[in-house]
Amino acid sequence: MIKVLFFASLREQLDEASLEMEAEGLADLGAVLMRLRERGGIWADVFAADQTVMMALNQEMTGTDTPVQDGDEVAFFPPVTGG
Amino acid sequence: MNEIRIQSEPFDPNIEVDILRAGNPAIGGVVSFIGLMRDINEGETVSTMTLEHYPGMTEKSLQTIVDEANQRWDLLGSRVVHRVGEMKPTDPIVLVAVASTHRGEAFQACEFIIDFLKTRAPFWKKESTPEGSRWVDARHSDDEAEARWKL
Repeated sequence: MIKVLFFASLREQLDEASLEMEAEGLADLGAVLMRLRERGGIWADVFAADQTVMMALNQEMTGTDTPVQDGDEVAFFPPVTGG
Repeated sequence: MNEIRIQSEPFDPNIEVDILRAGNPAIGGVVSFIGLMRDINEGETVSTMTLEHYPGMTEKSLQTIVDEANQRWDLLGSRVVHRVGEMKPTDPIVLVAVASTHRGEAFQACEFIIDFLKTRAPFWKKESTPEGSRWVDARHSDDEAEARWKL
């Protein structure tokens, strides 16, 4: 299983802080994002191709072509605004 | 010597700087940046702000930024303190303080750390205004500030 976390405006829009996803058939973070988009409704809107969504794999910021495997922690969030 | 802290309680930047410079006579200068909460943003009054973070990843990303600064410059210590949770105008949000033998390295390292914190550390601000609450949008100027360092 892959653990998927959502933060800030994404968490609020999706009304979901985290979920688990079967790792099988998921090559990379882009595939995880596609599977979330396929849930339709607000998920399709939040993960639409024209949305700026940042992502992390095992707590390191990365991009859609990063491979994922069973046991990974994935996170999606809007651009950061700290400081 | 390099301290990174994320906390919901308010902090006193002066005390942090005092701790950083205490007991090391080799330190010739300390440069600090204090980010404060403003009561106005995008033309609207902001009464309170709530900061969210990604526990675990936020600490790691700050550690990576501080490590990189230590590789680039000869530093004699640093402190990064960042608030999370609810805060009010005039509260310090973040402190970046860097100690070095001479000012040049401390100035550069301090600016480097805050520039990368702004674009790489997972924190998100949500403001409460008379119109309701809203998430703060990222600024393009922050990306440009980061890009100057050419990692």
